[in-house]
Amino acid sequence: MIRTEEMLLNVGPQHPSTHGVFRLVVKIDGEIITEATPVIGYLHRGTEKLAEDLQYTQIIPYTDRMDYLSAMTNNYVICHAVETMMGIQVPERADFLRVIAMELGRVASHLVAWGTYILDLGATSPFIYAFRDREMIINMLNELSGARLTFNYMRVGGVKWDAPEGWVDSVKEFIPYMREQLKGYHELVTGNEIFLDRVKGVGVYTKEDAINYSLSGPNLRSTGVKWDLRKDEPYSIYDRFDFNVVTRDEGDCLARYHVRLEEIEESLKILEQACEQFPAEGEIMAKVPKIIKAPKGEAFVRIEAPRGEIGCYIASDGKKEPYRLKFRRPSFYNLQILPKLLIGENIANLVAILGAVDIVLGEVDG
Amino acid sequence: MSGEKDLNQLKREAVEKAKAEALAKRQAKAAGEVSGAPMQEDIPSEQALSQDAKPAESAEPAQPTQPVETPAEAENGADLAKKKAAAAAKAKAAALAKKKREGIEDEAPAEPAQPAETPAVEASDDGDDLAKKKAAAVAKAKAAAAAKRKAMELAGNTAPAEETPTPVASETSDDGDDLAKKKAAAVAKAKAAAAAKRKAMELAGDAAPAEEMETAGVTDDAKAKAAAAAKAKAAAAAKAKAAAAAKAKATGTGDADTAAMGDDEKAKAKAAAVAKAKAAAAAKAKAAGAAKGGDVSPADTADKPSPNQPFLDKYRKVIEENLGPDVLEDSYINKLSKDVPTLVAKKDTYFKVAQFLKFNELLGFDYLSELHGTDFVTHMEVYVHLFSYKNRQSVALKVKIDRDEPTIESLQPIWAGANWPECEAYDLLGIKFTGHPNLHRILLGEDWVGHPLRKDYEPYDVEV
Amino acid sequence: MVEELLHSSPGLANFGIFFLLAAVLLLIVLGFVTYGILAERKVMGYMQLRHGPNRVGGKWGLLQTVADVLKLLLKEDIIPKAADKPLFIIAPVMAFAPSFMVLATIPFTDKFQFADIGVGLLYYIAVSGMTVFGMVLGGWASNNKYALLGGMRAGAQMISYEIPLVMSVLGVILLTGSLNLNDIVAQQDDTAWFILLQPVAFVVFFIASIAELNRTPFDLPEAENELVAGYHVEYSGFRWAFFMLAEYVYLFAMSALITVIFLGGWLPPFDFLGFIPGAVWFSVKFSAVVFVYIWLRSTMPRFRVDRLMEFGWKVLFPVALANIFLTALIKTLFF
Repeated sequence: MIRTEEMLLNVGPQHPSTHGVFRLVVKIDGEIITEATPVIGYLHRGTEKLAEDLQYTQIIPYTDRMDYLSAMTNNYVICHAVETMMGIQVPERADFLRVIAMELGRVASHLVAWGTYILDLGATSPFIYAFRDREMIINMLNELSGARLTFNYMRVGGVKWDAPEGWVDSVKEFIPYMREQLKGYHELVTGNEIFLDRVKGVGVYTKEDAINYSLSGPNLRSTGVKWDLRKDEPYSIYDRFDFNVVTRDEGDCLARYHVRLEEIEESLKILEQACEQFPAEGEIMAKVPKIIKAPKGEAFVRIEAPRGEIGCYIASDGKKEPYRLKFRRPSFYNLQILPKLLIGENIANLVAILGAVDIVLGEVDG
Repeated sequence: MSGEKDLNQLKREAVEKAKAEALAKRQAKAAGEVSGAPMQEDIPSEQALSQDAKPAESAEPAQPTQPVETPAEAENGADLAKKKAAAAAKAKAAALAKKKREGIEDEAPAEPAQPAETPAVEASDDGDDLAKKKAAAVAKAKAAAAAKRKAMELAGNTAPAEETPTPVASETSDDGDDLAKKKAAAVAKAKAAAAAKRKAMELAGDAAPAEEMETAGVTDDAKAKAAAAAKAKAAAAAKAKAAAAAKAKATGTGDADTAAMGDDEKAKAKAAAVAKAKAAAAAKAKAAGAAKGGDVSPADTADKPSPNQPFLDKYRKVIEENLGPDVLEDSYINKLSKDVPTLVAKKDTYFKVAQFLKFNELLGFDYLSELHGTDFVTHMEVYVHLFSYKNRQSVALKVKIDRDEPTIESLQPIWAGANWPECEAYDLLGIKFTGHPNLHRILLGEDWVGHPLRKDYEPYDVEV
Repeated sequence: MVEELLHSSPGLANFGIFFLLAAVLLLIVLGFVTYGILAERKVMGYMQLRHGPNRVGGKWGLLQTVADVLKLLLKEDIIPKAADKPLFIIAPVMAFAPSFMVLATIPFTDKFQFADIGVGLLYYIAVSGMTVFGMVLGGWASNNKYALLGGMRAGAQMISYEIPLVMSVLGVILLTGSLNLNDIVAQQDDTAWFILLQPVAFVVFFIASIAELNRTPFDLPEAENELVAGYHVEYSGFRWAFFMLAEYVYLFAMSALITVIFLGGWLPPFDFLGFIPGAVWFSVKFSAVVFVYIWLRSTMPRFRVDRLMEFGWKVLFPVALANIFLTALIKTLFF
């Protein structure tokens, strides 16, 4: 047998397919990976340390920068944590605005995941289509919050801005449009033989592995675990909407791809219902004290972000700043399984597997 | 949108009207009626009116279409609500009903307006009820159902207007959660009520009964609010609405009293007491500005036993049965954290407890949702949030460790997902996890000095 | 005209004429490359809901590529310290030169051809195969792991796909009985276009040609998302431009070859359309082929490297062989 020399290849930190500054040190034999070591931390901003000197409202903009593709859910999780601790009941209209914003964010986030994933696999056009449709969402969220990515929209007790006139109608109009586009997505990519060849049976892990490695979100549901915090531990007003938890049993990259695309459909369902039930008027902020002080104690809440469950732990000593703030960042947890998945795969599959995990480095590094 | 503005405008007008009216009433009262007696006097007239209204409502010659259509629409709405049909349809029905009611008010017929005011009681009661239920943090849908039931009962009590209130009440509480809608309805009703009252006053030639005084008192409150509201441009509509709603409650209560009194003394007294208490509570809450939108602080939940208490007891029992009585330092329900059962393990039993939590088939916590450390200055703490996909239950496991020598067993052999979080805790807090396969400074890099999340951390390069 | 010159006695005048003609061809080719790139960007742009270049040179961006080339010329020439300098320098030349050489045999019309050699097709395939040396060399000389992987991929891919490429045209050669490209066109005049007579061969040839051109979905040697830029990752400035130039000249050459072999070259589709000059027909067909290449590029994801090999050896190669066999059978039985 021929013995070939192993080569150490640094994939990243500047590599087109690592979706940010992520470095993967792989040992390769030819193109076959024998060992993979992820190196993270390039984007670590010490959010948790900074938060110890900030008031709760001031922390919200920092959360925007964690998972910058779905900042609304990040906004929500910290507000939700503080509200849970203080026992604040959010006004209904604010809840609706939050849910609509979060679900729009989820659609946008999955669109980016879809587009960049196909781009990773070498096709350039779907990426642009996804970004075109995402742009519509971004514009809507921009109208709502005044920012395109870092929304800083939610506050403890409600939301910062009320929906501008006709905004809900524009969301309503978007839903059928997006449904139509999704059909096009499937026609363009899902049935493509080359695409299927790249993702089917690639990066497979079992249900047990997924749970053991603390995976969440589409990464977990692609193995058949029917678990969605929106459904199973309802927060906000998600219990009012009728939607399905999308699962697949295969646990491969294709399953994750399908889960994400179908989750867009489910999000559209939620959006549709939320827009219909949207209260014509009402408060957008609960009556909260000027200076928010969480009661002494600790709380951990988790909600369903597009990438999995995002959690927020607050330990408070009754002051206006948290004593300790910790985010459970889904991408950070989801990435742990990567070294295990990569062994024995080739470089092309590395890209396919990493893309299917769908990480955002801002979130991985906190 | 212009329609909505019109509505707001109408509402504000109604408030103005109500204010003027209240003023007139007070003046009339000052003119020298004794408070006790007119109350008795007032009742018959009101009652006569309401009895008059009952037949008149179904086939009112002067307003043939509108009064008839109003309940019909409302009934429609109720039906839809029952069938859980599209919310949009409901909203439309409500809006239509509202408009109809405004029409009534505009044309000021004493007869059809009179029955309409009773529902106002139901509606405001509903509101109260709902607010209370919300305050008690009971599921909203349940609250709605309860409110509906209550409304029906009340409708039975307040006899003269049994026909309208039921559909109206059920319509307004359709899915039970639409407070805003309810409020809007209440506003419309309040207007109708105001109109009715004006008519009643004219007809009876009567001034200021005892309830009126009370009403006026509350109205003052509302007025003050409305005045303040008028100043604030942006929130004007909402506040005016809220004020009108408050007034609606108060007025409605008064009317309910009078209307019911003639019918059944006992029921009346009861209803009046309840309604008064509610109105007072509502007014107070409104004045405190807390009842708006139902954001009442659920302070009273603290007394109730947590729904998760049985789970905690179960975990404790299973652990103590299998691992001995003193493996847990403490265990409690963390009320701040969605009632999660929290177990505090001792340092030397931490790993054992964790292992047990995962592998015991009664517990089966197979998923590590979160692991992190905290520096509490007196000690370090590792917080682990576990979840069982089998039992769909969460548990928090905590362990206190020595701050100067923060060492604890790694959970990585039990849950592979604990790998990176432990590295993170090591990196940021300096907690050493023994048995971890690759404990390294995952975020900051090996050359970083210090552990930033420790409370005594000093930045290495000071000028930043 | 060229034939006469080839057979006339050598001299300075002859040399001058040849030199001039070659220069003219080079300019034509460079013109094509310039506007081929622009066309690709424009077509892809419109397919991707963009406009493509629209600033430099009017609203059609007509001078965009010119500006790009100028930029590349002015760019600093970087040679990595650890690179093998002579090889690093020679690699782009080795990649480009054959791409230009193959153009000599292609008959653009019945009159416009530079070298009407008997084994024109063989010459084309043999010479074009040399380009891969430039790629492997460039990948190796860069002393970069991505470049090395890209170079290796390029080598493996070229070898794998050269074979089905040659095998597929064997059917055409059997039917024609000649390797001369003029003869092949003449044969199509007599019977029908080979795309109709040899559809399987056409499909195999087309797929293999995409692989030969290193274009999506077979652009593994430079797979951006996996190997950053593959074999030319360390190249910049005009050296890099040479690799690009080679790629686009091959696009030109391959489209021309497909037009000649399968689409009847300069022949009109129907005889009554014969009044339109052959050059027009040639360029129409040629443009159509180029368009299909661009179209595929903006639609397809990329093959995986092991599947690419499998596809080449396990699908295209047997299909090409079967096609030869069938063609031979039919030819012996019916003609």
